[in-house]
Amino acid sequence: MTNVVGAVELAVSWADVADVIAAICLFLGSLLALIAAIGVLRLPDLLSRMHSATKPQATGLILVLIGLAFRLRDFGSIGLLMTVALFQLVTSPIASHMVGRASFRAGQVRQELLVVDELSDALPGQEDPRGAP
Amino acid sequence: MTVVLVACVAMLAAAAVLLVIRIALGPTMLDRVIALDVLIAVMICGLALEAALNRHTTTLPVLVVLSLVGFVGSVSVARFTKGLDDVQAEQS
Repeated sequence: MTNVVGAVELAVSWADVADVIAAICLFLGSLLALIAAIGVLRLPDLLSRMHSATKPQATGLILVLIGLAFRLRDFGSIGLLMTVALFQLVTSPIASHMVGRASFRAGQVRQELLVVDELSDALPGQEDPRGAP
Repeated sequence: MTVVLVACVAMLAAAAVLLVIRIALGPTMLDRVIALDVLIAVMICGLALEAALNRHTTTLPVLVVLSLVGFVGSVSVARFTKGLDDVQAEQS
């Protein structure tokens, strides 16, 4: 009898533990989204804004998805959430690469904010800013 | 759980407002595109929070679709932006 009660209590406590982990992960992910939004609003140029923008796109989103997985506790849902994280990790570097490349080739990068600029030396004929590729 | 989720929704709403301000300010089209990308990530987080609150899986395919097609807009804008006009708009 006591074993049954103990098992029931154990099951309830595991669900509670999973909910607490889910709440922590969801909170941290949302906090990263807020911090990144502040950074996107306040940082001075496009490249530093891109640095701030990747936080909710990768880490924050994965934290939120982990929290949702702990909340749902269902294998099918966890598979779908893993595909969401995988697609986000595959596609967001493509977009960031294209935006940064277009910004540099259009001459919009603020040179006084750069510490090291190896790309200008490597690219010939980039003295005059031209349009995006 | 509900208290934490309400706090999360408040933070996401503040983040969305700040990103919309950046979209309105610009100054270049690429800045707006970056802010729009972050806004899509915030939207995915919001849908996930709603699913976590009600414990349903209805919106999970929407999350997959958003994470798949969210980058198309920024890639096409980065491909076809002219750039020079934006710089002049920033300096004026």
